[in-house]
Amino acid sequence: MNKHFSRVMSAGLALAAGLLLAAPAWAAKDSITMGVVLEPPHLDPTAGAAAAIDEVVYANVFEGLTRIGRDGAVLPALAKRWEVSGDGITYSFHLHEGVSFHDGSALDAEDVVFSFRRAMAEDSANAQKALFEPIESLQAKDAKTVEITLKRPTGHFLFNLGWGDAVIVAPESAEGNKAMPIGTGPFKFERWAKGAQIDLVRNPDYWGEAVALERASFKIIPDPAAAVAALLAGDIDAFANLPAPESLAQFESDPRFTVAVGSTEGETILALNNGKAPLDDLTVRQAVCHAIDSQAVIDGAMFGYGTPIGSHFAPHHPAYVDLTGDCAHDPDKARQLLKEAGHAEGFEVTLKLPPPSYARRGGEIIAAQLAAVGIEAELIPVEWAQWLDQVFKNKDYDMTIVSHTEPMDIGIYAREDYYFDYKDPAFVAIMDKLNGASAEADRNAILAEAQKHLSKNAVNGFLFQLAKHGVWKADLEGLWENSPVQANDLTEVRWKE
Amino acid sequence: MPEGLREILARGLGHRGFLLGGAVTLGFLFVALLSLLWTPYAVTEIDIAIRLQAPSAAHWLGTDHFGRDLLSMLMVGARNSVVVALVAVGIGLAIGVPLGALAAARRGWVEELVMRFSDFTFAFPALLSAVMITAWLGPGAVNSIIAIGIFNIPVFARLTRGSALVVWQREFILAARAAGKHGARITLEHVLPNVASVLIVQATIQFALAILAEAGLSYLGLGTQPPQPSWGKMLNEAQTLMFQAPRLAIFPGLAIALTVLGLNLFGDGLRDLLDPRLRRVR
Repeated sequence: MNKHFSRVMSAGLALAAGLLLAAPAWAAKDSITMGVVLEPPHLDPTAGAAAAIDEVVYANVFEGLTRIGRDGAVLPALAKRWEVSGDGITYSFHLHEGVSFHDGSALDAEDVVFSFRRAMAEDSANAQKALFEPIESLQAKDAKTVEITLKRPTGHFLFNLGWGDAVIVAPESAEGNKAMPIGTGPFKFERWAKGAQIDLVRNPDYWGEAVALERASFKIIPDPAAAVAALLAGDIDAFANLPAPESLAQFESDPRFTVAVGSTEGETILALNNGKAPLDDLTVRQAVCHAIDSQAVIDGAMFGYGTPIGSHFAPHHPAYVDLTGDCAHDPDKARQLLKEAGHAEGFEVTLKLPPPSYARRGGEIIAAQLAAVGIEAELIPVEWAQWLDQVFKNKDYDMTIVSHTEPMDIGIYAREDYYFDYKDPAFVAIMDKLNGASAEADRNAILAEAQKHLSKNAVNGFLFQLAKHGVWKADLEGLWENSPVQANDLTEVRWKE
Repeated sequence: MPEGLREILARGLGHRGFLLGGAVTLGFLFVALLSLLWTPYAVTEIDIAIRLQAPSAAHWLGTDHFGRDLLSMLMVGARNSVVVALVAVGIGLAIGVPLGALAAARRGWVEELVMRFSDFTFAFPALLSAVMITAWLGPGAVNSIIAIGIFNIPVFARLTRGSALVVWQREFILAARAAGKHGARITLEHVLPNVASVLIVQATIQFALAILAEAGLSYLGLGTQPPQPSWGKMLNEAQTLMFQAPRLAIFPGLAIALTVLGLNLFGDGLRDLLDPRLRRVR
């Protein structure tokens, strides 16, 4: 008995020693710990608008028919190829062979049909139902072929299918995806320690090219100072978007780190409640527009990182029109406009500020700029949950600062009942025209018209395009510099030898 | 009693802690008052072009990340601290002292009620409860005053009751009773004057604690709101700039530490001077 025990003990010790010796050799080289600012409310990208969901699961756990690459291009994903009919109405997608979900069930055309029907359903929780609106009918031609018929040619349909909201889920597991996401991606969900971190492990049965990483963890670090400290201490390997732009210079001068400042799809705006006096008056909104100095907000709140914008459109997009000169910083003109609108004495408004520093710091700067022309803005800091409830849902606000990070989202201005409360049939008509156009040149011309229309009507204060401040360890490669979609795509990430 | 006051002041001149604490406290109050009349620059004046400047002749302590003058912000921050602490301690005194005096005068179920209420409020750590209250009422200077004030009530209620109970045992109270004075009058004329010194000392210490609590709440974003500066908020904002401009954290940190230290020394000194027992020992 005693002898047996000691033998077991020594075997165990030897094994433990072996593990201890072996662990550092590989653990350092094929796992990554990413820092993220916000904890996702759940992990089902087809049932929530929160960018934090896609930042964990997009391309890692879930895949769609197409996907968006690091440069914003549409790439094949679960569909290895597709044909589009000459009139742009019928799309035939051919799925890869041998694709299975993480629970072992095989992917077939019926799963695709199920996923899109679920997203389009009346009671669907999908946050981007508009993506599927052009779909007329769906049909599984055979096990590996899906045919989608559209109501009209839709130029960005393939791009839209690459959104996280359009990933393919299985009927057996779809309902449980919020807590236990089951996708087809190269990583499997392992564990979610609420409030702390989410762990993914490599999917050994992945259909495509295997990923280099064995494990990937997402650590939730909402506090900018803690984020900087965690990077410096080596607790995390990468922060795709460090919430402390003031610290970038410090990381740039540190050879242990790579700093990559890229672009995002985040149009940061001073949103105005167009449905509420006095901001329902165009002249007042123009006054607000001239009162604001975007460059000062970029310098003061983002430490110089960011590109001024003059409308709700990303500067790196081919259809971008530079309208920043239309509404130059001119306090005298702002005062003049206020006088014309009958507000010579100025007025008081509320300015609700969600947690990110572009809002909290930007809010202080903007309040000072507004005060200079006589508009007293009361700063009200709110948490995201309050912001979603008060501002986004109930339009209980005058002004707010927020970054709209969805790609190509100028269409939100045509949405009925959106929180800007901007009801303009002329703009809706422009968007309808856009949806009917499929030629790239036509679309770009219409998009230019849309940008000018928003700028002319001073719907919101257009501040700047949010930059992406990536900081990661110098021997890490393959992370995205820009974020054409909300994602932390880890499929090409590896440690340099 | 000018005789007593003069005597206390005379002895105070020989008490080092009292002198030092008093000087710091007076300096702090002076700066706070001065900020009402004059600051080098307006604290709401944002000028991004001159942000993060090192101390210079124009800006004695330099500028912050918005180009605001740090010295002006510290001065106005002192004023905001004083206002919050003064009102909060005032709330504690105004409600706590009558409750405690009532408990001591009436005894019985009134005393039970007051004391159990005090125990209940006391059971929660003060700052944590203040966080809860501001989370419930919403962040802001007024709500943080209320939150800090509420947790000053039991402190004064307990102290008043305890000290008053001792006084109620004294012979002159018996004499007052015999003379036909009723409870309220005895409390006002005999009990409160005799517990006043203890209350003054406690108020000084609570004042220091309230300043700390205000800084804590503002640090968490629950206290004084922008554009009004607050020491706690300045510390919070300086946090991510620790490597670029450490002075942004050092100056407000020093201001908080010095003020609280000064008030505590002052309070300790006052206790030594006012406590009759210590007086006799000397």
